Amino acid sequence: MRLTRKQAALWLLFAGPIAVFSVWAVVDNAPLYFKTLLNGLTLASLYFLVASGFTLVFGLMRNVNLAHGSLYLLGAYVGWIVGENTGSWLLAVAAGFLSAAVVGLLLQVTIFRFMEGQDLRQTLVTIGISIVLADLMLWGFGGEIYTFDPPKWIYGSTELPLVEKFPTYRLFVLLAAIVIGIGLWSFLAKTRVGMMIRAGVDDKKMLAASGVNVQLVFAVTFAIGAGLAGLAGVVGGTALSISPGEDTRYLLASLVVVIVGGMGSVVGASIGALLIGLAEQFGLAYAPTYSVVFTFVIMFVALAFRPRGIMGKAG
Amino acid sequence: MNSAATAAAPGSLARTAGLREAGAESRTVAAPGPAPLWSERIGIRPRHLVVLAAALLYPFIASPFFTYQIGAQSLALGLIALSLTFLGGYGGMVSLAQMTVAGFAGYGVAIFGTSSFAAISLGWPWWLACAVSVLLATVFAAAVGWLSVRTEGIYTIMITLAVGVAFFYLAQQNYTVFNGFQGFSKIGAPELFGIDWKEPVPFYFVALGCALAGYFLVKHLVRAPFGIALQGIRDNPRRMESLGYHVTAHRVAAYAVAGLLAAVGGVLMVWYNGRISPGTINLAQMIAILIVAVLGGMRHPIGAFVGAIVYVLLQNFAIDLFVRERFNLVIGGVFLAIVLFSPDGLLGLWAIVRSRLLQPELSNQKRRQL
Repeated sequence: MRLTRKQAALWLLFAGPIAVFSVWAVVDNAPLYFKTLLNGLTLASLYFLVASGFTLVFGLMRNVNLAHGSLYLLGAYVGWIVGENTGSWLLAVAAGFLSAAVVGLLLQVTIFRFMEGQDLRQTLVTIGISIVLADLMLWGFGGEIYTFDPPKWIYGSTELPLVEKFPTYRLFVLLAAIVIGIGLWSFLAKTRVGMMIRAGVDDKKMLAASGVNVQLVFAVTFAIGAGLAGLAGVVGGTALSISPGEDTRYLLASLVVVIVGGMGSVVGASIGALLIGLAEQFGLAYAPTYSVVFTFVIMFVALAFRPRGIMGKAG
Repeated sequence: MNSAATAAAPGSLARTAGLREAGAESRTVAAPGPAPLWSERIGIRPRHLVVLAAALLYPFIASPFFTYQIGAQSLALGLIALSLTFLGGYGGMVSLAQMTVAGFAGYGVAIFGTSSFAAISLGWPWWLACAVSVLLATVFAAAVGWLSVRTEGIYTIMITLAVGVAFFYLAQQNYTVFNGFQGFSKIGAPELFGIDWKEPVPFYFVALGCALAGYFLVKHLVRAPFGIALQGIRDNPRRMESLGYHVTAHRVAAYAVAGLLAAVGGVLMVWYNGRISPGTINLAQMIAILIVAVLGGMRHPIGAFVGAIVYVLLQNFAIDLFVRERFNLVIGGVFLAIVLFSPDGLLGLWAIVRSRLLQPELSNQKRRQL
């Protein structure tokens, strides 16, 4: 692929300063740079897990689910209860996925199904639901901070070249996100249901006309999207912690990720998550006061050049 | 249905209803025949006078608590919500960043004017600080608008949400300009003409004056060519574009107007609270503005104030009636119920009730048509 002069100029404009910074940072303090890089990748993995469900639901149903962050927190809390009672972290992950998926499914079947095509009303309803859910969870679990105990085989730290020691669990998160990402991609690209979902994203009416039960496809997608948020709740809660307010944080993260990456595209979500996760961690390490501003600048630049996001389709 | 925009853009059913209202009002203005009374010509009806009289007499009847905590707060909150009503109801752009714009102006007052934190506050005279902050906040709102009108519909809500939360985090993390988590305190309305405008009754009248000015500005704008064109753009941007209207410019201008309203509301808010901190502009507060606007109903500018009164009353008294500290559950539940069952808010409920009481046959007919 040959670059046009304009593309080359754009690359130079954005990649140039980053390359200069990287060279300076590596020369200045290599372990810090690579550790930040790995931390950024870990955070990007978490963001990808949350945002991929969000973008999937939006792409198919045009439903901006602002209760997505609440599903994250719900999955985390339910996972914590299960983990505490059974002592198994893997069961906690499964419980996080299932509980959020069931709640998502219920929301789709009992509420959103009846307001199809009313984008704004759906969004307002999700806002209402997120307020109610957040307060119910605050009621039930209080303001305390909960933490998970990951199993021994991913606990502790690993010796890596360049960064010295790095928590094994974070490497596991990175790996898990890559596996889930590839799994999601092959589910969408190779399976029959995935094909239906993609067809629905492109043209809902045509899919219905060709004899597919669109409501079923919607329900499945919503359950998967919500479930991914719940799963991310347990995985992310183990990497960091769970407390009230995390729902807002991850909602904002998924919003920015999908705005930057392009709505409805899983590949876009991964690109957006990488950009935002890395920007946030490098911001925290090198310019703590302005780390949020970096995120915002990325969003601004993405919108100015590609109003529908990096992988977004026009129209 | 005599307005240009209605003729040009039939639009969706729900939206034309909003237009119909504006159209009906402009009909009274342009009605041919014998010269109407001056009061009719500018659209004043008996009910307007009743509300105005009640608003003017209220502080002399009510206790200072009701004047200040309920009355003045509702007016300030209503003014910020009014900016969203204008933007959402007439422009079709639901922005979550209105509280951010208000907070921007509030921070401006604290930074340019005087506050407890003298190291940052520049100590300008209050009128200069207010004017500059309102101006800057309006420019900020226009910039947010320019950013979000590049995309459409449901994207607006997400981008404005992201902008608002980003500003919140900036204010919370930055100590050199925004004084971080602590924010600023000891900010208040000035003393002027021998009156301390911080006192409940004088402050109530300041808030009432601003709210009335905002209300009539919106009432005027939605009947002016700009407002009609804006409603046309809301209903069918493509058609308006082919008619030669500059869609983006109209939308950005709507953001600027809404920004002006929100900024004035923000100055009132910071004077009311006496302090501003990131907590004033966090996500819950941003959403509160949306709740207020939707609760009242976005079809008519008065809805913002109705919503604000209900919200403030709930905030002050609902927690005593129900479980303590469960205000969010109550307000979230009320909001959810309104959105699910009466999308036009309390005004919509009132319209349904009134049409059933006054004209049962007519409303039956309407229902059959629908």
